[in-house]
Amino acid sequence: MNTNAVPAIELKGITKTFGSVVANDNVSLTVRRGEILSILGENGSGKTTLMNMIAGIYYPDAGQIFIDGEEVVIRSPKDAFKYKIGMIHQHFKLVDVFTATENIVLGFEDGERFSLKKSAKRVKEISEQYGFEIDPMKKIYEMSVSEKQTVEIIKVLYRGADILILDEPTAVLTPQETQKLFGVLRRMRDDGKAIIIITHKLHEVLSLSDKVSVLCKGRYIGTVNTAETDENSLTEMMVGKKVALNIERSEPKNPEDRLVVEGVSCVSREGVKLLDNVSFTARSGEILGIAGIAGSGQRELLEAIAGLQSLSAGDIFYHDPKTGKVEDLRDKTPMQIRELGVRLSFVPEDRLGMGLVGNMDIVDNMMLRSYRRGRTAFLERKKPKTLAETIIEQLEVVTPSAATPVRRLSGGNVQKVLVGREIAAAPTVLMAAYPVRGLDINSSYTIYNLLNQQKEKGVAVIFVGEDLDVLLELCDRILVIGSGHVTGIVDGRTAKKEEIGLLMTKSASAHETEEKGGAAK
Amino acid sequence: MSMHEKAVREPLFHISKRDALPWWKAWCIRIAAVLLALVFCGVLSYLLTKQNPIEIYKTMFDGAFGTPRRIWGLAQNLAMLLCISLAVTPAFKMRFWNIGAEGQALIGGMAAAACMILLGDKLHPTLLLVVIVVCSILAGAVWAVIPAFFKAKWGTNETLFTLMMNYIAIQIVSYFTYIWSVPKGSGQIGIINSKTAAGWLPQIGGQKYLLNILIVLAITVFMFVYLKYSKHGYELTVVGESENTARYIGINVKKVILRTMLLSGAICGIAGMLLVSGTDHTITRDTVAGRGFTAIMVSWLAKFNPLFMILTSFLIVFLQKGASEITTKLNLNNSFSDILTGIIIFFIIGSEFFINYSLKFRSAHKEAAK
Repeated sequence: MNTNAVPAIELKGITKTFGSVVANDNVSLTVRRGEILSILGENGSGKTTLMNMIAGIYYPDAGQIFIDGEEVVIRSPKDAFKYKIGMIHQHFKLVDVFTATENIVLGFEDGERFSLKKSAKRVKEISEQYGFEIDPMKKIYEMSVSEKQTVEIIKVLYRGADILILDEPTAVLTPQETQKLFGVLRRMRDDGKAIIIITHKLHEVLSLSDKVSVLCKGRYIGTVNTAETDENSLTEMMVGKKVALNIERSEPKNPEDRLVVEGVSCVSREGVKLLDNVSFTARSGEILGIAGIAGSGQRELLEAIAGLQSLSAGDIFYHDPKTGKVEDLRDKTPMQIRELGVRLSFVPEDRLGMGLVGNMDIVDNMMLRSYRRGRTAFLERKKPKTLAETIIEQLEVVTPSAATPVRRLSGGNVQKVLVGREIAAAPTVLMAAYPVRGLDINSSYTIYNLLNQQKEKGVAVIFVGEDLDVLLELCDRILVIGSGHVTGIVDGRTAKKEEIGLLMTKSASAHETEEKGGAAK
Repeated sequence: MSMHEKAVREPLFHISKRDALPWWKAWCIRIAAVLLALVFCGVLSYLLTKQNPIEIYKTMFDGAFGTPRRIWGLAQNLAMLLCISLAVTPAFKMRFWNIGAEGQALIGGMAAAACMILLGDKLHPTLLLVVIVVCSILAGAVWAVIPAFFKAKWGTNETLFTLMMNYIAIQIVSYFTYIWSVPKGSGQIGIINSKTAAGWLPQIGGQKYLLNILIVLAITVFMFVYLKYSKHGYELTVVGESENTARYIGINVKKVILRTMLLSGAICGIAGMLLVSGTDHTITRDTVAGRGFTAIMVSWLAKFNPLFMILTSFLIVFLQKGASEITTKLNLNNSFSDILTGIIIFFIIGSEFFINYSLKFRSAHKEAAK
């Protein structure tokens, strides 16, 4: 298939440590031109660190990097560009008020006289060459996530990159957008570019890449040809042991209405409707999934229920299982909601920015929910300490001690601490926003199991997810939200992925430009 | 492969983040930084002034500890700086950048002076003292709560607001020093109630400053306990770390901001009272003498730990005292002492870099590769 003898990029024995944490331990890789390589690994396995060393963001402690067979030293992103390496980061680095073209040429000097017109033309050429759909004069803040990503990709192509690195590019895309991106990547491959894509979604690896390199805990495990492997053997390489990849879904036991949301709307400070007439019911002993493109109002919906977002219309009724009373939670603060006896637990999307305090240790984070207890003006740290120790033991949190600041823990362990605390409050309603985002397979399944246990205990679980495969396996019902509207509520046992994908873009296409509508078709 | 191997140039060193150092190692680095700073200052002083560096340090030490009087003076200055540093600390822990401690302390002192002048011969001495304490605390608290209120209500920038409040306080004091000046028109108030000593804090143990020092010690212990073991301290730390988390767990953020600034201002008010009623027995625009700003550095250097603040405020006061001594004794320019102080503080702050990061040099790197 490929006759290029010299690899476009070759890594030999790369090692990088952060303090006592070994992020990469003697990793070696090769990518040839006209090839797509997936880098697969659980979270914290060092994928991004490794790529950042190629892109000049980190400098390796040991090891060599070869470009086209020659050893090079990459000390800064500028050096990386010199070697035609371009990285598309997970978090976009764009200026909101600039147009696509302005962002693309920003900071780029080619020695010629600068002309925005000429640049726009060049952007257009690149788009046509690879089949991007982009308006070079559109401002970033008017763009959808996938358009922003397109700008990022064109940005590195504009600078002449022929080795492209994409860090989890599909995390924010709908299934349709993902397919489109893959089309573009295949075209670039056929054009002779070397492409490295970081991901932890197995089916994407299998459908897109030519080769897969697997990392596990910073070590290089091996490289296999995609054609000769399957999901199970890749997982085994990734995790180091066999993992059962299915979620048990029991039938809901005598579900009762627990949380009834009726016609809820809310408006942002700028006057944009974030939620528009949202109604649904969450029942006890059931997992209600919420699917939608990132930023379609999921966060606002959960925050509205938790008393953190004021509503412009609608009501949220809580049916108390003990007393049978119905309480309206609208316009109540989180404190007032708790004082009503509503056992509402909430695992927010922003774990360290909202659910936990990064600089505090595990014990002090346990107290966040309970520190007010007791009549004295002083804190009581004994019970939180016991709770912290229990959670560390039961959920297998990897930490030096309960006195370690949570920001020092890895993503999965941070999430275990947060979910553990929220479950310890014995909730009747448990809301979790993207609880497995950034988590490795093992931790993800720990979280799914915890949610399932809560469901079996009769808790009404609301689960906001992004991986449709997981939503379809885990949830009893799935509510699909698009631009703040409920575009459908489907049965998790019978619905099809494509059906949900279409619902996700349904109301978006009604509002936005024709090209988006075209994408939905 | 190819015959000519191109020598690849590696960077001379690169920086990598360290794991948390054990506390004793961190302190070794800090002490090493101070020693290094002293050596550096010594060489610099020798080059610039041709004075024997040992002589310079001896003079500095002498200036701070030479006589019992100097030691008491040092302790008093330390106590005052520490008091204001303690006052700004809860605000800083809440990430509320209160740079108005100067004005809050001055207005507290102003309140004390006003009580002494206006009520000096009208109230029973003990009652007068009570009134003075209450008024100073209120004045300082009001001065701090005004910017806090605007911040909580309309999200104004507290840094600019508290800074501007300083100038208002200074102008108020200027105005009243003119109104109450003795003799009229001199622009100076002079010692207030010099005959009756009404409104003066009592001396204990025959030491003029002992009461001040004890009061500040009590505030230090209070602040340590408040920040570490009280629910209020916990709340303000959460607000400082992340307002979103605070809202999420149902903390009333506005209330915490107001309450914390009330405390911050109240302690500033006490500091002003101690300066006027307990030390100077008069007031000028310079009564606080820039401590409101120096306190910011003291608080940060101690990483907001009230007990460490004793150490950092000692360091600063020692440097100030010692430096002013060398300018008079050794006939050096006034700025020279500032240069030395600056260098030493630069080294101390710089040492934090080496506590958090380590440098890896090329040679070590090569060996590691083998």
